[in-house]
Amino acid sequence: MSAASDVGYHAQRQARWHYGEVAFWLVVLACGFVFPSRYLIMTDILRLALFAMSLDLILGYAGIVSLGHAAFFGVGAYAAGLLALHGIVNEPVLALVVAGLAAMVLGFATSFLVIRGVDLTRLMVTLGIALLLEALAERFSNITGGTDGLQGIEMQPILGAIPFDMFGKAGFFYSLTVLFLLFLFARRVVHSPFGLSLRAIKNNPLRAAAIGIPVNRRLIAIYTLAAFYAGIAGALFTQTTAIASLDVFAFERSADLMLVLVIGGTGYLYGGLIGAVIFRMLQELFSTITPQYWQFWIGLVLVVIVLVGRQRLHRWVLYVPNLVIKQVAGRKAVVAVPESDA
Amino acid sequence: MTSILTNLFDGVAYGMLLFVLACGLAVTLGLMNFVNLAHGAFAMAGGYVCMVLVNRMGWPFFAALPLAFVSSAAIGIVLERTLYRHLYTRSHLDQVLFTIGLTFMSVAAVDYIQGSSRVFINLPAALQGQFDLFGVGIGRYRLMIIVICGLLTIGLQMVLAKTRFGSRLRAAVDDPRAASGLGINVPQVFAFTFAFGCGLAGLGGALSAEILGLDPYFPLKFMIYFLIVVTVGGSSSITGPFLASLLLGIGDVAGKYYVPKMGPFVIYTMMIVILIWRPNGLFGRTAAR
Repeated sequence: MSAASDVGYHAQRQARWHYGEVAFWLVVLACGFVFPSRYLIMTDILRLALFAMSLDLILGYAGIVSLGHAAFFGVGAYAAGLLALHGIVNEPVLALVVAGLAAMVLGFATSFLVIRGVDLTRLMVTLGIALLLEALAERFSNITGGTDGLQGIEMQPILGAIPFDMFGKAGFFYSLTVLFLLFLFARRVVHSPFGLSLRAIKNNPLRAAAIGIPVNRRLIAIYTLAAFYAGIAGALFTQTTAIASLDVFAFERSADLMLVLVIGGTGYLYGGLIGAVIFRMLQELFSTITPQYWQFWIGLVLVVIVLVGRQRLHRWVLYVPNLVIKQVAGRKAVVAVPESDA
Repeated sequence: MTSILTNLFDGVAYGMLLFVLACGLAVTLGLMNFVNLAHGAFAMAGGYVCMVLVNRMGWPFFAALPLAFVSSAAIGIVLERTLYRHLYTRSHLDQVLFTIGLTFMSVAAVDYIQGSSRVFINLPAALQGQFDLFGVGIGRYRLMIIVICGLLTIGLQMVLAKTRFGSRLRAAVDDPRAASGLGINVPQVFAFTFAFGCGLAGLGGALSAEILGLDPYFPLKFMIYFLIVVTVGGSSSITGPFLASLLLGIGDVAGKYYVPKMGPFVIYTMMIVILIWRPNGLFGRTAAR
């Protein structure tokens, strides 16, 4: 067997759906029916999961460290809010796509700034862009509502048929559908030759360039795609909560997002989803213990995670799922092996 | 005309202050290549120590300043020995996560201990108000900042350039392996430098309570400023960060005065443009590995 077909064989094997993955999505869907009183928090988790998946695309697959991913979330959120408020695009699904595209345009424009320079410059530039947008949103308060945020957003029924209800049931299934569709697409992308080339870039940009991968163009493409995802997450936020305020751009949002991804692990797409669930549960736990100072405990979790070591932690997190999968599937293959990104 | 000079004066004072606050970060981030986003937390610690000493215990302001330095340096060295040193060899992502975590903890801890409102340090009467010099309004407090920070800058430059410790530090930074081969205790040099940088930040925090405002969110609010100073200034010497601080200080004060509607845009835009134009900083050598 030649080397090329060998790589192809492994790539295809990786790309196949595993039982564990099917089970995962069935469990998520089942949650929608089992906990009818918890739609709001579950919707929140789905949004966060989508947002984290977006960061995973650039961090876990392309190795771009971003401290300002909230910029795209915020643009999506405000775009969706403004579209609904002024009745420009009334239909939520269409508005969602438009908001995502708005974030995507910004992502494309700023990707040229991000691909330049090393990690440190990237951190600074992404952080700067998010802060710049926050300042802009505050400055143009006649459009964005300033510190009060956009108020009085009324959402039209989804596809003109399903209205948003006050228990958040429609919002939950709407978010779940969006998340699942975008997940399918992301999964397709990362297992495509394009996705494999991204991994090559992440491991060693110089080597990737030497074997003929157009490094900068690939990075621009994935950064733009991630911006689209983050924009959609932001738009979902506005559509399901009917509010958009300045804190969508806040640094804390980008920092929390990193924590989500770090809890779940990068580079296998499920990290964001699992991390979002654990993060929200932790947050709920901490805010019931100390309502005002939960940030302290979040910080402590971050510190401990780094000191323990992310890879070791992920082995623990994935221990139970992998055990179950081994039992069910009855083979040695482990479904989820997070990559190192040192 | 005089308003321009007054603004320039305020800008210089502001820039000097930023330099004292950030020059410790210039060493850790620029020279040791460690992304320390928690640097502002050390500054905040110094500020609060000074506030407690002056307001609650009645210490004179000038006696409390050295103690702000010492306490921040002490916290710095303890954290360096126990936590930071394990992370020097880790990836930037790990360092970012770790220091963000520390920042969050410090914010919540100070909020818990001292409350979330802004605090002021009672200044001696001699430092309040301003006087006119050839028609230019000179704030006494700002003048003091310029004097203190100016002396510190000269002192730092002398230490780095002329003393044995300075040459050890430069050697350790240039090539840690070769330096330790020559018998220089590199971890010790780094630890000492780190603590000294934290101490300077603490001093800066105490001085800045009057101008920048001191509250539990200080580390988050000014993180970007410190990072700008270091990334724009580069790290080959302390002149780079010094000039960058002055530029940032004058730019920020002028921006707020002449185009108040633009708010903080001026500096953010300035930073992004400079980073695009010179990814390794305006002055000097790369901060990359």
